[in-house]
Amino acid sequence: MTVTRLRSGGGVQAPPPLRPRRRGIGWGQRLEIAALSGPAILVFVSFVIFPVLMAAYYGFYKWKGYGVPTNFVGLDNYKTILQDTAFHEALWHNAEILVLSLVLQGPVAIALALLLNRRMRGQSVIRVLIFVPYVISEVITGTAWALILQTNGAGNDILESIGLGGLTADWLADPKLAIWSLMFILTWKYVGFAVILFLAGMQNIPDELSEAAAVDGASFWQIQRHITLPLLGPTIRIWAFLSIIGSLQLFDLVYIIWGQYVASTAGTSTMATYMVVEGRNAANYGYGNAVAVVLFIISMVIALIYQRFVLRRDTEGALTGGS
Amino acid sequence: MARRTPIVYLVALLLIGLMLGPVIYIIVGGFRTNSQITVSPAGLPDPWVTENYTEILASDAFWRQVGNSTIAAVVTTVAVVTLGVMASYVLARYRFRGRGAMYALFAAGLMFPATVAITPLYILIKNLGLVNTLPGVILPQIAFGLPTTIIILVPFLRAIPKEIEEAAMIDRCSRLGFFWRMVLPLSVPGLITTGILAFIGSWNSYLLPLFILNDQDTFTLPLGVQAFASQYSVDTARVLAFTSLSMIPALVFFSLFERRIVGGLTGAVKG
Repeated sequence: MTVTRLRSGGGVQAPPPLRPRRRGIGWGQRLEIAALSGPAILVFVSFVIFPVLMAAYYGFYKWKGYGVPTNFVGLDNYKTILQDTAFHEALWHNAEILVLSLVLQGPVAIALALLLNRRMRGQSVIRVLIFVPYVISEVITGTAWALILQTNGAGNDILESIGLGGLTADWLADPKLAIWSLMFILTWKYVGFAVILFLAGMQNIPDELSEAAAVDGASFWQIQRHITLPLLGPTIRIWAFLSIIGSLQLFDLVYIIWGQYVASTAGTSTMATYMVVEGRNAANYGYGNAVAVVLFIISMVIALIYQRFVLRRDTEGALTGGS
Repeated sequence: MARRTPIVYLVALLLIGLMLGPVIYIIVGGFRTNSQITVSPAGLPDPWVTENYTEILASDAFWRQVGNSTIAAVVTTVAVVTLGVMASYVLARYRFRGRGAMYALFAAGLMFPATVAITPLYILIKNLGLVNTLPGVILPQIAFGLPTTIIILVPFLRAIPKEIEEAAMIDRCSRLGFFWRMVLPLSVPGLITTGILAFIGSWNSYLLPLFILNDQDTFTLPLGVQAFASQYSVDTARVLAFTSLSMIPALVFFSLFERRIVGGLTGAVKG
């Protein structure tokens, strides 16, 4: 059962196993199938599949976004992307965010989940409270942190008042610091989600295992290291997958805090913000869509590789286990 | 283990402070004046002023945005859950050629975030004449909400025992009658979970409204907060008040359904 549901987080998967059936289906059933699934397919194809295909199509044109695209340039947009340093910077930022998200948020979230995975007073309240940032919208998160981290904001003020005035800085505009500020905000917002996932994973681990280890004289840390962490593997791998896809697609927080002009000078632009800046705000739709296609291909390739090599052991059980 | 406890509580307390600090800063900051904020950015209100809040609560723009966000979120939620459960029922309990392909189509949707398709989507909405309308935001939101909904609901509907279906058939209940009388009531927990995810997603969504809605009258709350923050950028206290008021509906909703939300998210992993 555990592994069956695990597939749900994992993007493209094999369909649920078919039960063998000899008889064909009648027209009545076909009608029911069409009537029940038709509306969902229609909406999904119109507003998801079709636009994605159109992005690929527009990417071959030099186009301002109005009228029918006529100026076919073939792969020119993609050749430009290869030489576009602004895009390369954005891609590099995505890579930084991806790696930092994994190495910062993962251990922090696992440590917090270990901390909270025990009997203690007020545990349920703590769980709810650390989840609050996840529920607050990106716009509110961005607006609040932009106010706190500006040079004359509350962040620097608190540092002054506790005698750390030497540490005050221009957290958002300094290119050396901005990416770390972004990582801090991302961690603040999304660590609660990771903690909730890990706690759920830990509750699936039978108590008997750690009890038996404790009887055998294992210390608290040995139990965590040799029992909890390995058994938490599937949850960690699913979380990492969601985190990787989220890092590649990151748009909202960067665009809200840094806006279209500042993100590139502060060193926080991402492929998605660059795509919007080029495609919509500079009315360079053809090029913006080519950027979108590159973003899509990168996400797809990484997702497929990840599923092939990392998630495979989780999904294998799911495919054979059925449900 | 017992002597460790004080440290655990201390860490937990620090953690809560860090997670809630910014939220409290926004709410309390709204009770200050701009001069208070300039003099001491991290201080407490002295005296507490309520004008920032009362003025926003008296403004039409704020309530219009609350209304727009509510309409968009409610319609999106109802439609995603309705279309989602219908399609999931077909995927879970009918056997036909092309079923695997249909499942793969929706599952692949998880990897097509709105970011990639946003400019063609905008052009499509423009051609449909839906720019600056709520349906222009709602329709794509339904479409992008379907993959998650279907992925969560299909295992749920498959888990309904075959025996119940057979018993219903013997009682001369048609497949559609079975869907209506048995499947829907039995899947209420799954419907609520997916509904909550769709509602929060819609309530907080930013990129899609940013492209589709340019007219202040049609703004949803996230766009309203951003417009307000840039319009009154020197009036920090008012921005803080506006931001904290716009936070309340999501927080109330979350506190009401907290168990369901957390349960729904973990259910996707835990099984």
